[in-house]
Amino acid sequence: MSTLPKKLRLATVWLGGCSGCHMSFLDLDEFLIELVAKVDIVYGPLVDAKTFPENVDICLVEGAVTNVENLELARDIRINSKIVISFGDCAVTGNITSMRNRIPVKDLLTAVYHEAQAPIGAEALKVLPALLKKALPLHQAIKVDLFLPGCPPVPDRIATAVTALLNNQPVNLQPEMRTFG
Amino acid sequence: MSKIVTIEPVTRIEGHAKISIMLDDAGKVADTRFHVTEFRGFEKFCVGRSFWEMPGITARICGICPVSHLMASSKAGDMILGVRTPAPAVALRRLMNYGQMVQSHALSFFLLSGPDLILGMDADPAQRNMAGLIATNPDLARAGIRMRAFGQHLIRTLGDRSVHPSWTVPGGVRKSLTAEQRDEILKQLPEMYATVDIGLDLMKDALDKFSDEVDAYGEFPSLFMGLVGEDGGLEHYDGKLRMIDSDGKLLENSAKPEDYATLIAEAEQNWSYLKFPYYKPLGPENGMYRVGPLARLNVCDFAGTPLADRELRQFRHYGGHGKPVTGSFYYHYARLIEILHSLERIEEILADEILLDHHIRSKAGVNQNIGIGISEAPRGTLIHHYEVDDNGILEKVNLIIATGQNNLAMNKTVKQLAERFISGDKLDQGLLNRVEHGIRVYDPCLSCSTHEAGRMPMQIKLISAQGELLDEIQRG
Repeated sequence: MSTLPKKLRLATVWLGGCSGCHMSFLDLDEFLIELVAKVDIVYGPLVDAKTFPENVDICLVEGAVTNVENLELARDIRINSKIVISFGDCAVTGNITSMRNRIPVKDLLTAVYHEAQAPIGAEALKVLPALLKKALPLHQAIKVDLFLPGCPPVPDRIATAVTALLNNQPVNLQPEMRTFG
Repeated sequence: MSKIVTIEPVTRIEGHAKISIMLDDAGKVADTRFHVTEFRGFEKFCVGRSFWEMPGITARICGICPVSHLMASSKAGDMILGVRTPAPAVALRRLMNYGQMVQSHALSFFLLSGPDLILGMDADPAQRNMAGLIATNPDLARAGIRMRAFGQHLIRTLGDRSVHPSWTVPGGVRKSLTAEQRDEILKQLPEMYATVDIGLDLMKDALDKFSDEVDAYGEFPSLFMGLVGEDGGLEHYDGKLRMIDSDGKLLENSAKPEDYATLIAEAEQNWSYLKFPYYKPLGPENGMYRVGPLARLNVCDFAGTPLADRELRQFRHYGGHGKPVTGSFYYHYARLIEILHSLERIEEILADEILLDHHIRSKAGVNQNIGIGISEAPRGTLIHHYEVDDNGILEKVNLIIATGQNNLAMNKTVKQLAERFISGDKLDQGLLNRVEHGIRVYDPCLSCSTHEAGRMPMQIKLISAQGELLDEIQRG
């Protein structure tokens, strides 16, 4: 047993985004079966874990940082992960999630909600996380080690990056794998 | 002493939702709330953009069901153009829509809820996930992964990519299907029929295994809404809106999608970013309705494909004569029947020579200032409503999202589960996963109003009215 190589600890995180990057991750399809033989998925939408764990080797972060809870989690991720990857265009640039940035938060909320009961103001913030003034790309909140662009990054791109990391190789994305959109 | 139990599926990551359970002095459940804590604001920031961009932008509302947004948005665009969308384009759109139904339902059943149904609600939390399923049931996990992959592959074949394809546009679609591509998809169908059979057997096992508690997962009367075809059959792309009550009585039978605003109103609460839609004529108290697979099977007269119809007859036994099935646990079963139906429809459409017709797009400018597009997303009825100026610039955007329409029902389900499983000041570890599963039966896609899919990490705190921490359990 002790001769088996130690499994790497992989986390995936979903901040302000659409989950499309995670869906593209699932599009690895049967490669997922090989992958879970080599890594333990220790945190993320696909597993049950309550808090961000310690000693994570690789963390894929989808989405922009849009509210105070995202910001706190981003800090937890950085403290506990060796390699943090901005996973997809929302994490890399803000992308669609940041399209709200030109509009003040209060105007956004009052435009979307109309009634007296709307989730706006001090009462709402007791249970709901406050929105940041602007949705931020991940590297504006924490230091990022690797950028994996795409909306979403196609499975080949994800497989290339993850395989290199698993083999302790530098991630060398060819130009066609570095495109947005 | 009254208390509040907070079930916090850590509102920080994908779990942009949490649950509060209020206990009264006797330790009984007084009220519950399912909070959705994510906000994205599409309805506001899209104003000022062109309706031509909307399929591309609104697909990014949700990575799980981008195709639904592509459909609803393109159909709203069709209405703005005011021209007839060519029949081959409609057939191709339907094809992609069924592909999405397969992939999304396969994800929900096999990979997200499957671990609960197969490994058990009380299974070790460290194992109760996709990786655990791969370890313990490798063939089943692979079959589920391959079924999801089939749906994604169909979408990719048509639109060049599986997530956010730029393919449907106002007036039609961008690209057709070649005969080789068609044959290649057809070849995979036998394996998919075999997989859905495995799923149906598992489902029936689950109904036996969980027979003592099936009725805790949201068994209550409510209205049901969904699209039906002109003939009253199961429909996912276009048709008329039907609403029935819990006795099966028709409240709306032939409402046009354009008239949705007379059917649906939205309430708001200061404790959730998700709105609370209800059936307008009955008001917010009595107007609670459910959408999605369960609702669609309840409102339709028949499925319209032989294998799905045979299964539907069995399904209806769980409702009683002429009555809808009212337990939300049966969403799982309904999902499998819809996969079966989608496979049959995919086969049917692929056999149609119309697919090879080159006329797939009608071109026009702005001819109408209002566009309303509807589709049945995997999770329920989806409506996009745009108002544009004569240049096609958006002046108003209203989106009625499938998962949102189940908001009242999800809240009620949480309450029912809490009443069944919570009392006093002690919490049971098994409760965690059951409450979680009560939300999971709806396969909520809070991406679509926020985001959420899959498993919610959880923490339950029992706090006294004085703020004293009485008990706490965590998972993970």
